[in-house]
Amino acid sequence: MFCWLRGVILGISVLVLSFAAYAQEIPREQIKGLDEQVQEIKSDVLGIAAELNQLEEKLLYPSNTQIAVFVSLVSGETFRLDSVEIYLDGKPVAHYIYTFKEFEALQKGGVQRIYTGNIRAGDHDLQVSVIGKSGEGADFRKTERFKVNKDVGPKIVEISLAAQSITLKDR
Amino acid sequence: MYRLFVLLTILIFAAPSAAGDTFAPKDLKDLYFGETLYYAFQGDWFDAIARLDTELTQHHGLDEPERDTLYYHIGHAEFAVGDFELAYRMHQRAGRAITAVIEGNVEEPVRNEAIFRLARIYFQKDQPVNALYAVERISGVVPPNILDDLAFLRAQILMANGRFAEAVRILRDLQDAESLEGFSTYNLGIALLKDGKELEGRQYLDSTGRINSNDALTLAIKDKSNLVLGFKLLKENKFEGAKLVLDRVRLKGPFSNRALLGSGWADAFQGRFERALVPWSTLMTREVTNASVQEAMLAVPYAYGKLNVQSRAAVMYGSALEKFDAEVDKLGASIKSIREGHFLRALVREELKQDANWVVKLRKLPQTPETYYLLELMASHDFQEFLKNYLDLEQLRKKLEAWEGDLDAFKEIIEQRRAYFQPLLPAIDREFRRLDSQMRLRLEQRDRIEQRLKSMLVAPRPDYLATSNERISSEQIALLEQKLSTGGTAVPSGIEARIKRLRGVLHWHIYTEYDQRFTEAHEHLLELNKEVDRLKRQYTAFVRTRQAATQSYEGYDDIIRRQRFLIRQAREKVGELMARQGHMLETMAVNVLTTRRERLAEFQIKARFAMADNYDRATRTQTQEKMGR
Repeated sequence: MFCWLRGVILGISVLVLSFAAYAQEIPREQIKGLDEQVQEIKSDVLGIAAELNQLEEKLLYPSNTQIAVFVSLVSGETFRLDSVEIYLDGKPVAHYIYTFKEFEALQKGGVQRIYTGNIRAGDHDLQVSVIGKSGEGADFRKTERFKVNKDVGPKIVEISLAAQSITLKDR
Repeated sequence: MYRLFVLLTILIFAAPSAAGDTFAPKDLKDLYFGETLYYAFQGDWFDAIARLDTELTQHHGLDEPERDTLYYHIGHAEFAVGDFELAYRMHQRAGRAITAVIEGNVEEPVRNEAIFRLARIYFQKDQPVNALYAVERISGVVPPNILDDLAFLRAQILMANGRFAEAVRILRDLQDAESLEGFSTYNLGIALLKDGKELEGRQYLDSTGRINSNDALTLAIKDKSNLVLGFKLLKENKFEGAKLVLDRVRLKGPFSNRALLGSGWADAFQGRFERALVPWSTLMTREVTNASVQEAMLAVPYAYGKLNVQSRAAVMYGSALEKFDAEVDKLGASIKSIREGHFLRALVREELKQDANWVVKLRKLPQTPETYYLLELMASHDFQEFLKNYLDLEQLRKKLEAWEGDLDAFKEIIEQRRAYFQPLLPAIDREFRRLDSQMRLRLEQRDRIEQRLKSMLVAPRPDYLATSNERISSEQIALLEQKLSTGGTAVPSGIEARIKRLRGVLHWHIYTEYDQRFTEAHEHLLELNKEVDRLKRQYTAFVRTRQAATQSYEGYDDIIRRQRFLIRQAREKVGELMARQGHMLETMAVNVLTTRRERLAEFQIKARFAMADNYDRATRTQTQEKMGR
């Protein structure tokens, strides 16, 4: 019985000192080879994704009609963003409800492309509605209207959100 | 249970995790770069890399990249792509991206930070020699925010290369680094032990085991340190010291089960079985799948046997046997479930990804294996790497499947556009050609007028600015004169005077109003220019729209065919790799469960033997008592 006890204790001791190499039955070279192949296929698929992105843009959003609307948060804002709605020439084109992860990404300085579409050259009406909670926890809803002028090239618009204001930056 | 899993995962590396160090620029000029960060901040590395790759390719393809908005962030973007690739476990590409930064014309701190990241990649990929080579290239100014992390990494790399004395020197200097509290002392203790400085090594492990902190990670490394030191002392038969150290491990931490078991043995080895029963009895009430708990199920009746309470010991052995039987059955069912593929199917379920407590949830799904047995395996580095690869492959599989659908949709769009535009375009082109020739004619006329007005600035020509009525009147007067003079008769003097007067009036108007007419003519030309500009814009817009109409359906066939081929190829490859990676995961899980089942089978034999032995002794004692009475 005592031998068994020693065995148990030494076994545990080994387990504690170095976590068991669970993959020891699989040769290291095989693991490394497979890992490298996974990296290669990731690289291949990323290449396909890049080409598809370009194809999609060319096919669906040619530059002479393209409009892209981005959403960003003003740095240091404490309000909670729940959703954003975009109306272009009176028609709803985007309605986005944010998860906490997405909201955090915006807070860290990330910018979301909320809408990509096609419009004619000339002046257009852009309406932005924001629903959220203020830093004090009160519900708020804000709406602003802007004029957007579409020229020959792609139109890029940034909507910068703060608790007090919605600002449009023409890029 | 989830906390245990997380802490185990972190502690395997005995250092805080450090992936994805990207931050957003203060003044963002390029919104598309901001978009890649939006994905990166959510851990969506695939989309972040795909978009940033596209941006960088477009930027480098420009004739004047300095006019592109990404130009302001290009250094940041080049760095970020390496970071994203590292986080997406594309170490080869990340290494190449970071090497490009190192070899580029960058400032010393940037270069050193890049080398630091490269060294970390090599270290994480179990390439300590390469990591050492990289880290030795760091010289000069190092960004202050990575100073401690760099020193700690250097020490870890030296330890991995067996250069413990050098690691000790570095770790000694890190003892005041708050961000590494516990980790620096623990590693220093291990390095000293490995360097043969037993006493000092133990002192550092001991001091790590006494740290006061509220930080979960620091508390976990504190527990680990106590456990390592405790079992070291146990092995050396220093039971009193071992007991003291093991009792410092928190009762709710990830190492508490092993500590309770060890603490009991420290007492038992000294013959203090009553005291050993205290930690063991606590342990026995815990989750039955835990190896320490299962061992405690044998240890408790063993202690009772030693305390001459054989009847109770026999009953407890019997109860342990029942539980072992149930667990052996559960393990058998789990192995079967894994072999039937339920484990892999469960691992990729979407609802599990949404839940941080997914490991616990996994065991509740029908036909899935008992994951509590797999906790340590699932927290191990190898399993985590395999699992991440498997999940990444699953994500690729889904993307590729969706893209095939996208290509079908693109094809349909193209066909619809072709069907719409092709019949319309010939008539439109004919009409356009007609309007085009008219337009050219009018533009030539306008140019002529402009030329004439310009020459009139030098040589005034009032007759050019005569109105149409004046021209008609002048022609009528000339006609009258011609008629009157054709018969050879003299023009009556009264009529001649009237004609002259009329001509004089015309002449008077044309010459006296010349300046005003000339100004008006210029004004009209300017107005005409506006109209011409509008016409030209319309013309350009039409030409562009006409081109876009053709481009909206022509020239895509080859691209789509090529993409379809690439996607099909990639899908086959992904399928093959998923099968291989999945098989590795299953093999690891089955191996763990088989080992645990074999161990339990040994326990069953021991329990049966000990139960019989204790029944014997209990019966013998009872008989002796009866005989004594």
